[in-house]
Formats: sequence, C-alpha cells, structure tokens
Amino acid sequence: MPSAFQVHASDNVATLLGEAAEGASLTVVGPAGTSEIAAREEIAMGHKVALAAIAEGGTITKFGVLIGTAIRRIEPGAWVHLHNCRSQLDERSGSFDLHTGAPGDNAHG
Amino acid sequence: MADRTWQGYLRPDGRKGIRNHILVIYTVECASFVAQEIGKDEPDVHVIGFPGCYDNDYAIRLMLALGTHPNIGGALCVGLGCEYTQPHRLAGAILQSGRPAESFFIQEHGGTRSSVAHGKELIQLLRARAEADAVRVSMTFADLTIGAECGGSDGTSGLAGNPVVGRAFDRLVDAGGTAIFEEVVEMIGLRDVMTTRAASPAAAGQLAATYNKMLAYCKAVRQYSVAPGNFAGGLTTIEEKSMGAFAKSGSRPIQGVIRVSERPPRAGLWLLDSVPDAHFMQFGYTNPNDTEGIMDLIAAGAQIVLFITGRGSVIGSAVSPLIKITGNERTYQRMIDDMDFNAGRILSGAVTLDEASLELMDLIADVASGKPSKPERLGHREFFLMYKHQDAPSLEAGCRV
Repeated sequence: MPSAFQVHASDNVATLLGEAAEGASLTVVGPAGTSEIAAREEIAMGHKVALAAIAEGGTITKFGVLIGTAIRRIEPGAWVHLHNCRSQLDERSGSFDLHTGAPGDNAHG
Repeated sequence: MADRTWQGYLRPDGRKGIRNHILVIYTVECASFVAQEIGKDEPDVHVIGFPGCYDNDYAIRLMLALGTHPNIGGALCVGLGCEYTQPHRLAGAILQSGRPAESFFIQEHGGTRSSVAHGKELIQLLRARAEADAVRVSMTFADLTIGAECGGSDGTSGLAGNPVVGRAFDRLVDAGGTAIFEEVVEMIGLRDVMTTRAASPAAAGQLAATYNKMLAYCKAVRQYSVAPGNFAGGLTTIEEKSMGAFAKSGSRPIQGVIRVSERPPRAGLWLLDSVPDAHFMQFGYTNPNDTEGIMDLIAAGAQIVLFITGRGSVIGSAVSPLIKITGNERTYQRMIDDMDFNAGRILSGAVTLDEASLELMDLIADVASGKPSKPERLGHREFFLMYKHQDAPSLEAGCRV
C-alpha cells in the first residue's frame, strides 16, 4: 500500500512516498499518528495529497507553515499542486505546466 | 564519529585545508580559454575566473577568498592585458597570505600556444613550492567549515535530504566545527522561524534584516527561487520549497549572518547572505544557478560542501569537494556514479535519520581524509561568478586588494 508523510500535525497535506493510482488507499504516517485516505486521482511520488477539504481561498499548510492558497475548492484525497494552489508572493505561480513545471509565460511561449 | 582524525595542511593564517590544490585565476573571459588549457590534464589544478572586462569588487573579493582558501596551496593569475582586474594585484594579495603566486598577461607572452606553455611551466614551479611548503597537521571535525546547498529539489528534499544534512550540521556544531547554510531567497515566509533560532538578540536583528532585504529584493526583481524541475518533483510554491530548504540548517542556534567572501568569526552555525545589496545599478540576480551558491559557501572558507538534490545533478565544484546527497531512492540508483549518499533510505524506513546522519559524518571524514568524493572522481570542478554588488563585508575577510 502506498504511503504518504504528514510532516506536522497541523498540516492539511501529506507528501507521497511512492506513486498512487486513482482510488488507491493511502496510509498517512506522521506526528499526528497513522490514518488512511483514498487518492481521488493519480498522484506521483513527492507530490501532495489533501488530507481534508480545503475551501477556495483557504490556506494550505505543510511543515506547520503556510505554503500557499487554494485557488479552488480542494476535496480530501485530491492532488494538491499548481492547478489548485498558488504562492502568495510569486507572480508567476499559476503559469506553469501542471505536469512538467515548464513556464508558459516567457518568449519561447 | 567524535574520534575521527586525519592529516590536513596547516596554512600560515592558522586555518587547515583538506586538499593542496593549485588555483588558476583568469581576470577576463578573453583569458579563460588559455587558463582552462593551462589546467587541462593537471589533476590538482582548478580554474576559476571572472568574465567581465569591467571590474567588480564583489567578484575580486570572492576570487581572493578562493586564492587564500585553506584547500589552496598556490595560485597563478592570468590576464589578457586590457581588463580592469589586475592579475599581478591578485597574485600579490595571495603571496601576502604566505602562498606561492605568479601572474602574467597573455598579450606580453605571445598567443595561445606560448601562453599555455608558459602557464604550464609556472604551474610546475608553484606545485613544487606548494609541496615543499606543505605542513601536515592533524585535523578533527572542530577544524572543519562545511557549507550546505540544495539544488534540483523535489518532494523528498524537505523530508530526507535536507533533514539528514541538518542533523549532521547539529553534530558538526556540537563537535566544535563551523556550519554555513545559505539560499536566503529560499526562506520565504520563514521570518519568525529564523529569528526564533537566533543565538542572541544581535543575531535575531541580523536575521530579521536579512529576511526583510531578501523579500524587498525578490519583490523588486520578481524572481523567486523555484524552477520547473521543482514543480515537476512535487513542490508547488516557493513557500513550500523554503521550509524544506531551511531544514538543512538543523536545529542549533544561528550565530549570525555573514556576507559573501566573509568568514564566520567563530565556530557554530551561520547564515550566508548572498542577496545583492541596494545599489545604484540594482544589477544581478542572486542564486542564478547552484554553482554560484556553492562558490559563495567555499569563499566563506568551507573545505567541503554538502549538496542536496532530489531530482539529481551532475555538478562538482572548484576548490572544495562537493558531497552529493539525495533523498530520492530512484535518483540515487539512476545517478549512482554521481551520488555520494542515499538519504532515500530514511523514507523507506531502512535507516533512521540519526543513523543516516552518523553515516554522513563518516563520509565527510573520509573525504576530508583525502578520499575523493564522486564529483571529484569524475573530474568535476565547476565554477561560476558574475557581476553583483554587496556592500563590503563588515568583518575583515583578509583578502581585499
């Protein structure tokens, strides 16, 4: 069973330690104890899964610190990444390809 | 771990090196080909330099900090003959540090072929003198200054790669050594986290000022230190990357902030600020690539730099060995010839963070004892330097012309 690591007990996301297929049951380990959550979609290793519902405009917390703002509602078990989470400072956040991270806002298009 | 000792090189200023390299320094891009040819097929010769014809105090300070670095036994400075930066002035300052140093202008020696031949002769002379001057001395972890840098970070970096370096930094500091971390532009959102780690009210003030300057800089230039590979590796924002990067500082109190080419005034954990200071030209991006930050750490006196990379990297560094650490098991296997340390075993549960940090300290001692790190074995000696302005360090770095 793939697992995910929750760094801080107050985090509403956990980091995947392996690949998760859509519908996979994930074991979430960390300082808050062990729990389970179903991945709503395919999530790659090193990427984040939402542990709880996050409202649009809500804050995303990892390491116990704010790492971004939800730009749309995020369901529990969803992949949290560039399509639903933005930096509070970086103006280019939101212009990157969801899968490769390549920029789409410079002269090479 | 605590009883590890090895033989190093005692320098006239009392610092101890773990290598006895010869440095070739070019003073303009026009001299760089000749400088690289001089260093070709000379395993102990490392080449650094500055590409600009117009001079830059920041760059001169950095080249002198490297020319007088404890891992360097002698230096040859090579110029074309037109540029502002003067090779004989650099050589003079390096001579004053008690090291053999030579210099010449290519235009006074003919063309490419004769300059390379002349340089190779000077290298032989310098090497003979550096070997004759070498004073071997016993070293321990207390004699080490180690830098930490991360690059190609992914979702594993903040969970394993950086934390294991942080734990090793705790051990180094506890053993009386000096640890330096940098990448202030990757501390976005961490002002309070940083200041609560300060060793003194003065250090807290320095950390807060460094944070505020960094944030003003990032907003002004609209540059945040997060790249496509980070996103692909699962990091979503600069704020997320920042907390993972900060984990490599470990848990000990931060003694204060140094700027580029400045040495920590005493042992313990220090933050290196490489962000440009406000200046009439406002030029320069900081952190343009990993090698720049690594050279900044070495210019602060680091004899070894720990480089944490989740996605993998194929760089090494001039002057001081780079030890490459990854928290990503797949990266370790894919790049096994380049990766020194597999911290991914922490995530799979094969070792604890504590056990891994002890292994890492042993690897550090091995490399300090003369065992080449993997980048060294592959012949890597990357160097990068470009125009930047920082106010002259407040502490005497001992290397100004």
